Amino acid sequence: MDKTERVKKRIRDRDLELIIGQLLRFGVVLSSLVVLAGGIVYLIRHGQQQPAFGTFSGEPDKMKSPIPMWKAIVHGEGRPLIAFGLLLLILTPIARIIFSVAGYLMEKDYLYVCITLIVLAVILWNF
Amino acid sequence: MTVLLFSALTFAGALTAGLLGSLTGLGGGVVLIPLLTLLFKVDIHYAIGASLVSVIATSSGAAAAYVRDGISNIRLGMFLEVATTAGAVAGASLATHLSTAVIAIVFGVALILSAVISFFKNHDNLVTGPGSRLTRLLKLGSSYPAPNGKQDYTVKNVVGGFFLMNVAGILSGLLGIGSGALKVLAMDNVMQAPFKVSTTTSNFMIGVTAAASAGIYLKKGYIDPGLSMPVMLGVLAGAFMGSKILARARVSQLKKIFAVVIGLLAIEMIYNGIHHTI
Repeated sequence: MDKTERVKKRIRDRDLELIIGQLLRFGVVLSSLVVLAGGIVYLIRHGQQQPAFGTFSGEPDKMKSPIPMWKAIVHGEGRPLIAFGLLLLILTPIARIIFSVAGYLMEKDYLYVCITLIVLAVILWNF
Repeated sequence: MTVLLFSALTFAGALTAGLLGSLTGLGGGVVLIPLLTLLFKVDIHYAIGASLVSVIATSSGAAAAYVRDGISNIRLGMFLEVATTAGAVAGASLATHLSTAVIAIVFGVALILSAVISFFKNHDNLVTGPGSRLTRLLKLGSSYPAPNGKQDYTVKNVVGGFFLMNVAGILSGLLGIGSGALKVLAMDNVMQAPFKVSTTTSNFMIGVTAAASAGIYLKKGYIDPGLSMPVMLGVLAGAFMGSKILARARVSQLKKIFAVVIGLLAIEMIYNGIHHTI
């Protein structure tokens, strides 16, 4: 690798880092706002009830899978909206990984394309 | 107690946990889970789910700043994430098979370990030179901004670091914590990366590690929106406050007090686990 090529690679690395930084910030801010909005609706609707977190009983579908979640949100429920925000938050680091794959592809760093795809596969396999 | 009061108290507790966690570098999860289970009597599965969510939030928020400054070693992080995500998936699957009592005991032991690790001396490592064949192949050497220009460095003991990261991943998935202390130990003490690089890269990795177990937690219904809402927002607000006052705060005294508190919480968790009162 000659010098200009090395400088170019460094610049691309730096660009990728900046994009990743922006992406992470955006994901956290967006998901927090959605969680906050859902939280307000939840507290208005259920604020006077008794909390029941003492025994574990799992969660209904509308807190777990996108379609029932969306139906409940449209229906005006708070907790599914919080769950949607949490889903956005969980997707933030995953989006970061996908961006990295694209970045390494552009850099033609195929070893790191592979490594990043392995990480992505491990995460998505269990979703 | 109404949901409104419960949410307000949880928010305040999470804010304190996030603030202390960010000031001491131990993360919010280590004090959050004992707080939720011992004080608020929340089932440990829900507590772990809420903690994991807040771990993703604080890690991603902080990593955004570090990545921008160019201190994190992204290639090193990405390579080691193979170990942490695989571990996290194993840990999360394990969590669904273990009883609350066993999880509480393991949590207590991990808590004591993190408190002890936090007192290890931070080496100001600097390994220079070409590095081993493996580090060159994986391009793990990098540079970071130092007071007098760019400082190049490389790392050692890649295999050892990789294995310790796997353990960190298992604990993270099993207990819903970031295992930042163990991740820093793997990079700082084992791989001899510069301390600043170790801490920021660890932070960068925590979110991805946690996302790997979040899928399993979500499916098993560990992540309750009503509980996670005040916890996530509280920890995030606390961590943000912490990052603002960190430069001015004198943390060494605080770190000692926090370690003692964590030690006591750990004993309480283990005690309750043994007596099946959790």
